[in-house]
Amino acid sequence: MAMFESLTKRLEGIFQNLEGRGKLTEDDVNSALREVRIALIEADVNLKVARQFVDRVKQKAIGADVMGSLSPAQQVLSIVQEELVEVLGGSDDKNKLDLSGNPNIIMLVGLNGAGKTTSAAKLANYLRKQHGSRPLLVAADMYRPAAVNQLKTLGKQIQVPVYSEPAGSDPVDICVHALDYAREQACNTIILDTAGRINIDERMMQEVVNIRDRVRPHEVLLVADAMTGQEAVRVAQDFNDAVSLTGMILSKMDGDARGGAALSIRTVTGVPVKFMALGEKLDAIQPFYPDRLAQRILGM
Amino acid sequence: EETDLITDTLWDDLEESLLAADVGPRTVIWLIERLRERADAEQMRTGAQVQRALREELVDLLGDSSPLHLSQRSPLTVMLVIGVNGSGKTTSIAKMAARLSHEGHKVMLAAADTFRAAAIDQLKVWGERISVPVISQQPNADPGAVVYDAIQAAQARGSDVLIVDTAGRLQTKYNLMEELKKINKIIQRFVPDGPHELLIVIDAPTGQNALLQARKFAEDIGLTGVIITKMDSTAKGGFAFAVTDDLGVPIKFIGTGEKVEDLIPFDPQSFVAALFAQE
Ligand SMILES: Nc1nc2c(ncn2[C@@H]2O[C@H](COP(=O)(O)OP(=O)(O)OP(=O)(O)O)[C@@H](O)[C@H]2O)c(=O)[nH]1
Ligand SMILES: Nc1nc2c(ncn2[C@@H]2O[C@H](COP(=O)(O)OP(=O)(O)OP(=O)(O)O)[C@@H](O)[C@H]2O)c(=O)[nH]1
Ligand SMILES: [K+]
Ligand SMILES: [Mg+2]
Ligand SMILES: [Mg+2]
Repeated sequence: MAMFESLTKRLEGIFQNLEGRGKLTEDDVNSALREVRIALIEADVNLKVARQFVDRVKQKAIGADVMGSLSPAQQVLSIVQEELVEVLGGSDDKNKLDLSGNPNIIMLVGLNGAGKTTSAAKLANYLRKQHGSRPLLVAADMYRPAAVNQLKTLGKQIQVPVYSEPAGSDPVDICVHALDYAREQACNTIILDTAGRINIDERMMQEVVNIRDRVRPHEVLLVADAMTGQEAVRVAQDFNDAVSLTGMILSKMDGDARGGAALSIRTVTGVPVKFMALGEKLDAIQPFYPDRLAQRILGM
Repeated sequence: EETDLITDTLWDDLEESLLAADVGPRTVIWLIERLRERADAEQMRTGAQVQRALREELVDLLGDSSPLHLSQRSPLTVMLVIGVNGSGKTTSIAKMAARLSHEGHKVMLAAADTFRAAAIDQLKVWGERISVPVISQQPNADPGAVVYDAIQAAQARGSDVLIVDTAGRLQTKYNLMEELKKINKIIQRFVPDGPHELLIVIDAPTGQNALLQARKFAEDIGLTGVIITKMDSTAKGGFAFAVTDDLGVPIKFIGTGEKVEDLIPFDPQSFVAALFAQE
């Protein structure tokens, strides 16, 4: 993170003329929040979301007492961080997966290469180990070369069955048939791995709507790459409009991407983050902790 | 024309549209400052003049477009394709290979991603589709050994271009970056002036992490070019300006879809035009 001067340092620079005690004035707060806004955009938070967020924080920061051992910079940072955790969903129950169905049907959707197939296998592995589920993976990507083989290989690694059909089969049919297969095999959790698609590709978006309409999943999760930039909002909105997302998996959080996209998506669509994925190994998935992401976004 | 004055709103709008395209705060602040200076110095009077100047500046940052470098000295040109997970490396390789073989080159592919599930199969399916041979070993084989094999095979069969597909890796993973250096060294050992292209693949939806990726890959093994994929999305790929300016390395191709023909040579003018296009 060497390329960006840390937000703490920048805020300390701004407040260096301010005495350690007293109240934060509107001017102090404005110049501090300009730095916060830039830091958020550097973390890939959407512009409009960053502005909206900063406005929220402003109300809380003006007139805040600067006291105790906190410097004014730390004071502003702690308000920002608290607010960030709040916006990211705090300890909201919405952050948890709905496993009340019988069977549970979980559909993964998202842009090409976001990490759907890998996440599908991770989720199967996680649910089996943590919840004693009996998962079935469903290979519904009929487009990407060797997509079915990819899922089969992953299924084998975690010893979870994979339902697939020959090349040329219709993805909607595959998902419908998979429900019957799950019943026969006594699987109670069905995870649908759909093809990657661009949110403005109408034909491909219609396909995923058709799958949703026929299969009625309890969870429709957007797999969002932590490296995504400003367009994350548009992508999430388009998928949300098409298939009513119930949550997201933030993938590739094992690198140094700050993951601001998740804040944007959560703010604009209300779709909660349910999991973070942190690597290519099949146990590299964990439930979402808003405070960890908040720190990450702020580069702390 | 009196309505098209240079106002604060104009500057705000420009700043906003650049930021929204992922150009990044640093580059945007620099650009706007430079434009304000130019607007003064050149006594610009209309917003249209400023807009034109901005496009010039942006095109300048991108540098010239440049085709793939094919070695004149070595009978075999080797291209190494690298980048983070899922950016579009394998697909872009298939597209480039199809292009090159269409131009009359004898192309071969090396399946040096031996790690990701079915990565080898994926490249093989592409190889069959475009009628280009793929050299591969078993899953989890040493990628260096695959590259060695592929060079031998390419030389033996008289291929003139070998493109090496590598596993996706985040630039922060030390071991994986070391593995890449090893692959690079093997190429250097057997093809002395190679690799002739070291191409990083970054997808258009990427935000500010793109610069960190490009810098680290450049630092660890060097880069000769950039491919930006998924430009058929609504993302504009605005990180490109910081990347080319920072590394001084050209963008070679733009990926615009999943099909083999969806690869176009990079054109700075149309890239900049697309940045401001509303869909
Ligand atoms: N480092 C890292 N890599 C990941 C993570 N999740 C997935 N990947 C890798 O990202 C690449 C793409 O993952 P896939 O699961 O194939 O993505 P996908 O969304 O199914 O791709 P399409 O089906 O082509 O749209 C692969 O190389 C995965 O190994 C993660 O959390 N961290
Ligand atoms: N829409 C679109 N999809 C693309 C483009 N290029 C690649 N893809 C898709 O992106 C996904 C990932 O592509 P791959 O070529 O497998 O990416 P990769 O970098 O080789 O992935 P790993 O080897 O897992 O790191 C696949 O679904 C591709 O079809 C493009 O230009 N546009
Ligand atoms: K685009
Ligand atoms: Mg997939
Ligand atoms: Mg690949």
